[in-house]
Amino acid sequence: MRKHSKNKKKYLSAIYILWMLVFTIIPLGLVVYFSLTTIDGKFTFENLKNIGEYTPVFLSSIKLSAISTALCLLLGYPFAYIISKVKASKQVIFMIFIMLPMWINFLLRTYAWMTLLENNGIINRLLSFIGIGPVHMINTQGAVVLGMVYNFLPYMIIPIFNVMTKIDKSYIEAAQDLGANNRRVMTRIIFPLSMPGVVSGITMVFVPAVSTFIISTMLGGGSNMMIGDLIELQFLGGSYDPNLGSALSLVLMVLILISMGIMNEFDSGEEDVLAV
Amino acid sequence: MKKFFSKVYVAFIFLFLYAPIAVLLVFSFNNSKSRAVWHGFTLKWYGELFRDEAIINAFITTLLVATLAAIIATLLGTLAAIGFKNMRKGPRKFYMQVNNIPMLNPEIVTGVSLMLLFVYCGRVLGGMELSFTTLLLAHVTFNVPYVILNVMPKLQQMDGHLYEAALDLGCKPVQAFFKVVLHEIMPGIVSGFIMAFTLSFDDFVISYFTSGAKSQTLSIIIYAMTRKRISPKINALSSIMFITVFVLLLIVNLRQNKEKNASKSKRKGMLRS
Repeated sequence: MRKHSKNKKKYLSAIYILWMLVFTIIPLGLVVYFSLTTIDGKFTFENLKNIGEYTPVFLSSIKLSAISTALCLLLGYPFAYIISKVKASKQVIFMIFIMLPMWINFLLRTYAWMTLLENNGIINRLLSFIGIGPVHMINTQGAVVLGMVYNFLPYMIIPIFNVMTKIDKSYIEAAQDLGANNRRVMTRIIFPLSMPGVVSGITMVFVPAVSTFIISTMLGGGSNMMIGDLIELQFLGGSYDPNLGSALSLVLMVLILISMGIMNEFDSGEEDVLAV
Repeated sequence: MKKFFSKVYVAFIFLFLYAPIAVLLVFSFNNSKSRAVWHGFTLKWYGELFRDEAIINAFITTLLVATLAAIIATLLGTLAAIGFKNMRKGPRKFYMQVNNIPMLNPEIVTGVSLMLLFVYCGRVLGGMELSFTTLLLAHVTFNVPYVILNVMPKLQQMDGHLYEAALDLGCKPVQAFFKVVLHEIMPGIVSGFIMAFTLSFDDFVISYFTSGAKSQTLSIIIYAMTRKRISPKINALSSIMFITVFVLLLIVNLRQNKEKNASKSKRKGMLRS
């Protein structure tokens, strides 16, 4: 009788399974359907072929987000390492202050940089005091990269930090006992063991970076278009073409699946690095 | 020497993260539209903010959609998590993977795919337009996975014998569920709800594609404002939002620390006895 009730419990998820079908599976199916049809609903490969024209946009999106991801790793890794060394009670405070900006509206954070980087913004005012400038910063690729690093740096720090605090101290001690110097401990013990955190950090920064359209619109002006901008244009912008937009989304999804697959190759299959 | 470098480095990162926000806050009190030169202290932007009907309406919409979506997602997600837990491994793995799709997919793809669904259904079935309803449906869809993410570990940690013990002691299954299971997984449900609410409240991309012209959220209004002539009203708005989030986070963390300490001393007490 008890077995029976346990079996019945699985039906509690029935509503949500239906929900996933309607609001997750079917919409993705529609993306595929739209990307393979014309406006009149006829089958075509035109949309996917037309994407070739936008190769420069894809390449520059990948380039900018790869640079941003690398910068996040360079800035975030030492930070996570330093914080993982301090007392546990202090760690909590540091991590709250790393997460706090994440809770501020994404658009407002980006808007803050808009006002800083303007030609007559604060940074240029300060520079003119010491006789430099004005330096043109807003609406450049550099501004887009800066915006990405600023917005996504916490996504890099948190998973790396979580993995580092879980590293068994006795490994480090054992290495030291066996005569390894600090550099060797870092390269042979800490870095390899923190790899799962690095991998999920890279994914968590790269995915939103490569698909953003806000940062590139706000900090890059109109001239530094990214895949996200292109998709947005097809659905809500001037050039309404949901079929092309779907094809672009499909390619973006495949691109991300491939990059995740590559990243998973480096991962030894550790779970829950995200749990804070 | 090494310690000194570490401190400077940490300070540098925090400066990088907080300087822009500080500038935003300071200039919300600036008595001029300038965002670079200080013209004296004023509160007028806050006054204008509260008289701006579009902003007030957007705030109400945002609050309403975040609350409703979080409640629905928490109910749906908790039930689903219990259901998944009681499945055989094969189907459970499959459904969990489907459940992960909205978390892994880029937001813009989720937004666009839902927009296609709503617009397409509207054309085929009629009557369905982008509106508050579609906004809510979209929010529930991206919230549930995070609720499950929070509830599932609690279910797995729970001692299955507790439920059976309750049955043995004469509880009906429903009673046992409410008195034992729900009690055990409550922390997961609460954190799932909070996470769903904040994600909803903060969302821009998915709302942008699924809300009609009549049901704009705060994020959408902010986006529209940054595209037009920028007014320091946004600074005032961001200051208020920043302070609110800061206080909320502080409360949640203090509560968590208290809980941790309480459970620690409880454990200590148990060890002693």
